[in-house]
Amino acid sequence: MQQLNSYRTGPDESGRFGLYGGRFVAETLMPLILQVQQAYEDAKADPSFQAEIDYYAKHYVGRPSPLYFAKRMTEHLGGAKIYFKRDELNHTGSHKINNVMGQILLARRMGKTRIIAETGAGQHGVATATACALFDMPCKVYMGSVDVARQSPNVFRMKLLGAEVEAVESGSKTLKDALNEAMRDWVANVEDTFYIIGTVAGPHPYPAMVRDFQSVIGNETKEQMMEAEGRLPDTLVACIGGGSNAMGLFHPFLDDKSVKIIGVEAAGKGIETGEHAASLTGGRPGVLHGNRMYLIQDEDGQVVEPYSISAGLDYPGIGPEHSWLKDTGRVTYASATDMDAVEAFQFCCKMEGIIPALEPSHALAHVMRIAPDLPKDHIIVMNLCGRGDKDVTTIANLLGVKL
Amino acid sequence: MTEAAVAIAPDSGRIAARFAALKAEGRGGLVTYVTAGDPNYETGLEILLGLPDAGADIVEIGMPFTDPMADGPAIQAAGLRALHNGQTMKKTLAMATEFRAKHPETPLVLMGYYNPIYSYGVDRFLQDAIAAGIDGLIVVDLPPEEDVELCIPALQAGVNFIRLATPTTDDKRLPKVLQNTSGFVYYVSILGITGTKEIQADPVRGAVARIRRHTDLPIVVGFGIRSPEQAREISRAADAAVIGSAIIEKVKANLDDQGAPLPGCTQAVLDYVAALAQGVRR
Repeated sequence: MQQLNSYRTGPDESGRFGLYGGRFVAETLMPLILQVQQAYEDAKADPSFQAEIDYYAKHYVGRPSPLYFAKRMTEHLGGAKIYFKRDELNHTGSHKINNVMGQILLARRMGKTRIIAETGAGQHGVATATACALFDMPCKVYMGSVDVARQSPNVFRMKLLGAEVEAVESGSKTLKDALNEAMRDWVANVEDTFYIIGTVAGPHPYPAMVRDFQSVIGNETKEQMMEAEGRLPDTLVACIGGGSNAMGLFHPFLDDKSVKIIGVEAAGKGIETGEHAASLTGGRPGVLHGNRMYLIQDEDGQVVEPYSISAGLDYPGIGPEHSWLKDTGRVTYASATDMDAVEAFQFCCKMEGIIPALEPSHALAHVMRIAPDLPKDHIIVMNLCGRGDKDVTTIANLLGVKL
Repeated sequence: MTEAAVAIAPDSGRIAARFAALKAEGRGGLVTYVTAGDPNYETGLEILLGLPDAGADIVEIGMPFTDPMADGPAIQAAGLRALHNGQTMKKTLAMATEFRAKHPETPLVLMGYYNPIYSYGVDRFLQDAIAAGIDGLIVVDLPPEEDVELCIPALQAGVNFIRLATPTTDDKRLPKVLQNTSGFVYYVSILGITGTKEIQADPVRGAVARIRRHTDLPIVVGFGIRSPEQAREISRAADAAVIGSAIIEKVKANLDDQGAPLPGCTQAVLDYVAALAQGVRR
């Protein structure tokens, strides 16, 4: 393992985390990307920007989210002490709003008047539509037509909030194509439009910027854990699609060497079947959507459509910082299948009275795997990054229940 | 990442010779784009090989990619048709080799996105591209900020790296964009993706004049050209006009429901190119 003084200094000036990241975009977008970078640098140096974010985080989003000791689950599994960081209790039901509030406030600083976004499961789309309603900005959300069909409640939610939802029919009609289409919109509307990317990927400065906005999760966790236990946790666990909730929890802990950090990818029907969304386990470095990252692709460099029961993890890439953290060995990456996640989903409902989203159910599946063998004074924090109301239909179908 | 300019730009060879010839003829050129392997290898190759005789002055071959972010529906669909029918980078380079054997003079440029090249391996790609007789590369998602990836290695290997300039590339940025550009400059005439908006000649003239203040390289203009009249007007406003989506649409119009070429597909496409060629020669 490469020994570094700090894992928290990246990216470099050109947006690289080691080999990963960068700015692989068409020339049309490049001047705008540089503008966003400059605007973000300026905003970071302006205390009133952070104050504005803090205001909305507290009064609109409902932060800080609780750090909850899952007592029954801990007792049932019989090993490590399990805490949930309850980001599913945020307004709009997931961690996505943390990032959206930051970006929309930046867009306003830049004088942009129109917002676009991509969405997979619809959580980022709903968060973006919400913020656009709050700030009275027109909003267009790109969503693959396959996802539109399987996440119809979120589509309706976005429309209620006043957003226009564009069902993307190009390519494989899922999240990656929604991203392509949003980029195409942006290229055509660079003057007035700000693109709110939902995860820690895309051209620099997005991966770092989204991470910064999500780091509120890890910062709060640190403070709350000191209050609850008087020490740092031993293990952090979070699910990974693009990787934003995980990056938000992990980043503040990267230099705390005693803390073991685990990201959990979606293994779909099993890595060996080829039907999965585990970019780090089943992919290799490639360039897509403006950055280099681990990418699920065929031998000719063509992107392969990923698969997961969870639309929010169904992305062929993974943020560049995760890609780098994997290579450096600082973070360990595991995976959980659809079935593991569904089992964890049901377990959480009955054991803790919390209906988790299918995405963090993958993280929970891994917690259930490791907790029993760990000592009772070992502390695990899992990011419960979204609530499962949106997944109830999927689970019902799977269990053969007619609603 | 700022890189120093490469000391010696590649000898633009066939590209420079072609622009010199166009100048001597007193007309603008016609640059045609087709996606390699669209609708399938055989027909795609037939079309490609027929382009110079139909009147194309420079030929661009698109390397298909699953996620062409800067392209509109026509070129997206063409790439997927080609991939569906088994097109690979190796096959694309094989097509280039055949083209070069038949047409020793016509400049041939590969256009596409970085990942298939990165996956193939940059050094191996450049070696094989040179062997196939490629004169230049246009890689949409490699702005000057990423020059170390492919631009610098290409220039050092003697392959032209043709850059896109756009309406958003202002005077401050133009020198950076032009710094490691060779062969010619490709001016993207509209904000947006390929094949979706109509080109306007007046702003193009202004933009070309602006770029000329920064470079002696030939300037070609593309995105949004469909008719022989537009091809004529734009080719004269610059040094050449690029037509892609409109040709691809001709391919598509001559496919059956299963995506297989109808009889006469190749001829229909080449007839259209011939009409465009007459436009620039009128």
